[in-house]
Order: sequence, then structure tokens, then C-alpha cells
Amino acid sequence: MKKFSLLSTRAGALFLAPASALVGVFVIIPFFWVIFVSFTNRTLLGRTAVDPDFVGLQNYFALFNPTTFFTRGQFGFSLILTIQFVLLSALIGQALLGLLLAWLSQSVTPTLKSFLQTAVIAAWILPEVVIGFAWFAFLDYDNGTLNMILRGLGLPPGDWLLQQPFWVIVFFNTWRGAAFSMMLFNSAFQSIPPSYFQAADVAGATSWQKLRDIALPLIRGHVVTDLILITMWTFNVFTPFLLTHGGPSYRTEILSIYTYRIAFKDFEFGKGAAVGVVIMLINLAFALVYLRLAHKKPAEAE
Amino acid sequence: MQKKAQNIFVRRTVFAAAATFLGTVFALPLVWFFFAPFNARAELGLAIPSPFTLSNFATVFQNTFAMQALLNSLIQAAGGVVLVGAAATLAAYALSRSPIPGKGAVTYILLLFSSVVSGSAAMVPIFLIISAAGLIDTHLAVILVFAGGLLPTAMFILRDFIDAIPRSYEESAMVAGASPLQAFFDVALPVIRPGIVVVVVWAFVNIWGSFLIPFILLRSDKLMPASVAIYSFYSEAGTPIVTLLAAYSLIYSLPVIALYLLVNWKFGFRFFGGIKS
Repeated sequence: MKKFSLLSTRAGALFLAPASALVGVFVIIPFFWVIFVSFTNRTLLGRTAVDPDFVGLQNYFALFNPTTFFTRGQFGFSLILTIQFVLLSALIGQALLGLLLAWLSQSVTPTLKSFLQTAVIAAWILPEVVIGFAWFAFLDYDNGTLNMILRGLGLPPGDWLLQQPFWVIVFFNTWRGAAFSMMLFNSAFQSIPPSYFQAADVAGATSWQKLRDIALPLIRGHVVTDLILITMWTFNVFTPFLLTHGGPSYRTEILSIYTYRIAFKDFEFGKGAAVGVVIMLINLAFALVYLRLAHKKPAEAE
Repeated sequence: MQKKAQNIFVRRTVFAAAATFLGTVFALPLVWFFFAPFNARAELGLAIPSPFTLSNFATVFQNTFAMQALLNSLIQAAGGVVLVGAAATLAAYALSRSPIPGKGAVTYILLLFSSVVSGSAAMVPIFLIISAAGLIDTHLAVILVFAGGLLPTAMFILRDFIDAIPRSYEESAMVAGASPLQAFFDVALPVIRPGIVVVVVWAFVNIWGSFLIPFILLRSDKLMPASVAIYSFYSEAGTPIVTLLAAYSLIYSLPVIALYLLVNWKFGFRFFGGIKS
């Protein structure tokens, strides 16, 4: 019997039209437009807002100007800060903690497991402004919960948002995002046949040996997926703005906040667009790696 | 043998202690939120309310600006969700069932673009497109931008879902004389519904909680969603009015918590990967 199609090509095209229009206008056009704007001196106000001049690579030269590159509040400083932020809060913080949380969840009682998962997932699903405010209260110097605990333990309190702003956003982002890695590793561990672990138990393996020799090699694909996704998200995250506004004195100004300041505080759209292009290039590199891996092993791409 | 039993006991205790510790550490920044909304004298410090009161909520409910902001959040999230749900379902069905050439390439390019064009990279051109369209400071601007941004992932999730449904469902309907549209609306759609629910909930939570896009695209107070409006709960001296902020934050969080519980209860802990906006 000839296999007939359920939806003709024409009907299919019609079905695709609304989505194509929306994605075209708000995802694909911005991609090309930001490249175009990055070669102009477009501003938000004034003459160049309506009639910008073509300035070639001038915006990029300004970003990569070697004399100011590493200065606080400049592009290079922000880029390096972002790389440190991603390494510490995503790759080390979220991924390792997520792995630990998922592994612990496997071997504790159901009550404890649901307590643990609820706390971790609550940090992840609540709206970002609520979380930002909760942390503002948590870190308050005089009354905040953190300093209350530190004083209770006989340790010196600190005005953390002023003294250690970078470490605050690192811990904050680790705390905020660990749930994703935990859930991904949870489902990865559940895909391993229990008999593997039972055999190891009979042989007297420790928990660490089971994790290292059985679980980790089997979920390698999930680990790579996790690392790429959380790297991309952390690289683009804007939430630390709600805690620190990029300050004090630019010490937490990661690239997303830097772009915001250049474009919407200093009104330099051309330069802001150039930063956007650099961010997109870095995103592109990660996305290509991710899609290649996802393509190769569809089973593990979830 | 006794030694082994002892080892297991020690291991269980260590694991339980570690889990309790980590759970507590994760919960700590949020503990304050359990108490402050119910405390008429709440400050940034942790304190058990005495007496427990709902007066903070009463004050919030009387604040027309705050209530308007919640309504605005609802309008923007609902608008975005309807667009994403409808457009993604149609598109995913076409990608799964129609013989359009280059479907694989379309999906690949969509995913690539949606992960490359992030909020921080696209804020400049999105602002420019919305101003060119004359939509700055409208609900529609926020709705359209979110719909475009969330659609690729929504389509991807739904296409996987539809691919898993046997074609024979619709085929037998069409053999029995149904038109392709009838096969879609009467046969396929009811089967796809759980997938649509997941996508809709995911999109709702994303729009409801977002700060950056409305922050950039909106100007007037009467259009601000709760995520931006919450910053108006500061006194003229710039200090937060803690009682109102706490109560308002809780109200604003409730839909997200409710939806999470609903999805968890209905679908269990199935994990839908994909690219967050």
C-alpha cells in the first residue's frame, strides 16, 4: 500500500507560517540586525538615533583597545570576569553540586530526598526578582540570616555585597541553578540498570567506587550535555544585576550587565551591539558543539 | 558480616547528614520568606511573627498599582502562552507529519539561532525592532518578543512528542473519510494535549518570572508587570518597604509554585531538556 501523507506540503507550510513569522522577526532578524548596528554609531538619542553613520570596525576597536582592555568597567575586564564566573559558578558550582545532590538523592530515605529536592528546586523555579530580594535580605549586614548564623557561631559577620560581591554572585548562581544539573543527573542515574549497582554491592564496592567506576562512565553523554547547557545559560544570565547592578565599581559587571549599561545607560547602541555580536559568536561555538553531540547520540541529547 | 552491616550504617548516616546539611543550606536564603509576609513588623532579619497576621496582604490588595502589575503580568504571560501554544503546536505537527523538504535543516537552524540569540546579545536589536514597529511601551511588544524567543524550544519539545504518536491514529481516521484538518483537530490534538500543557506551563513560568524584557521595552507604570513593579516598593529614602515587598513576592510566586506542583503531580518527574530562554 502506498504510504500517503497526512498533511500536504501546502497545508504543512500553512501550519508553519505563524511560528516562522514570529521566529523570523524576533530571533532571526535580530541576529542580522545586531551585526549591522555594530558597524554604526547608532545611539538612543540625538541625531545618530535616526541617522547613524557607518563607522566600520570602530566599535570593535574600542572594545579591544589594548590600553583600556583590562581596565575596570571595560570590555576585557567584563569578559574575563564572565569567564571566571562561568568556570566557578557553572562548571564547578552547579555541575559538581548537581552531581553530588543527585547521587545523595539516590541513597537517602524518601522523606529526606523530597526535602533536599524541594529546597534545591525552589531556588530554581521562583521568579528571579523574588530570589534577588530574598538574597538581599539574607545578606543584610545588620539583620540578615547569614550574618545572624555567623555571629551565632562566633564568626565575624560581613557586608558581603560590598566586600565580596564577586563571590556573592558566584555562590548565588550556583545556588540558583544547581537544580537543573541535579535533575538531569537524577534522570541519568535512573537510566542505569539497578543490577549494575547490586553486583557492585555484592563485591563490596564503596559508594565512591560505584560513582566513579559504574555511574560516571555510563552517563558521560549527560555530563557533556549538562556542562554545555549550563555554560551557555550562565554566560548569558542577567539575574546578578538584581543583586548588585554590576557594582560596586564594576566588580560584578558580567557581559550581560555590561551590554545593558553600554546600550541602555550610556545609550551607545553601536558599541552595545558590538558586544552582542561577540556574545553571539561565543554562544555559537557552544551551540555548534552541543548540536553536534546531540545529533550524534539522540538518546542522550535530552 | 557484622562489620559490613556496620559500614552500611555508617555510610547511611554520613549520606543522611550530608543531605540534611545541603538541603538546609539551600533552604536558608528562603526561610525568611516563610515568616516575613505574615509579620506586620517584618525587617530584613529572621523573626517569628508575633502575632501571625495577614495585614501585609491586606495592604497589598489595597494597593491598586500592585494589583494592576499582577494583572499586567497575567496579560503578558497569557498572551505569550496562547501564541506560543498555538503556533508551536501547528508548526510541530507540520514538521512531524508533512513531507516538507528540508525539515531537518529547519529544525537544526531554529535550535541554533534560538540558542545563539540570547537576551543579553539581542537586547539592542529587539529594542530597535520594537521601536521601529512603534510598539515600545505596549503589552503586545512583550508578548511578541517572548513568543518569538520561546517558540523554537516549544516546537522542538512538541515535535518529539508528536513523533512518538503512531501515524496510524490519523491514517485510520482519514481512511474512514476524515479530512486532514479533521484528523488534526479531532484525532491528533486530543492525543497531543499533555505535551501542549507542558509547553504552555513552561512558557508561562518563563514569561511570568522574567525581568529584563519588560524592563527594557516598557516605560509607563500602568503597563509594568509585577517583576518590574516590585521595585516601586521602596520608600522615598530608597529603603525597601519590607512588609509589602515580602507579602507581594509571595503572592507573585504563588502561580509558579502552583503550576510546578500541578505538573509534578500530573506528569511525575519527567524531564524535558531544551534551551531556556
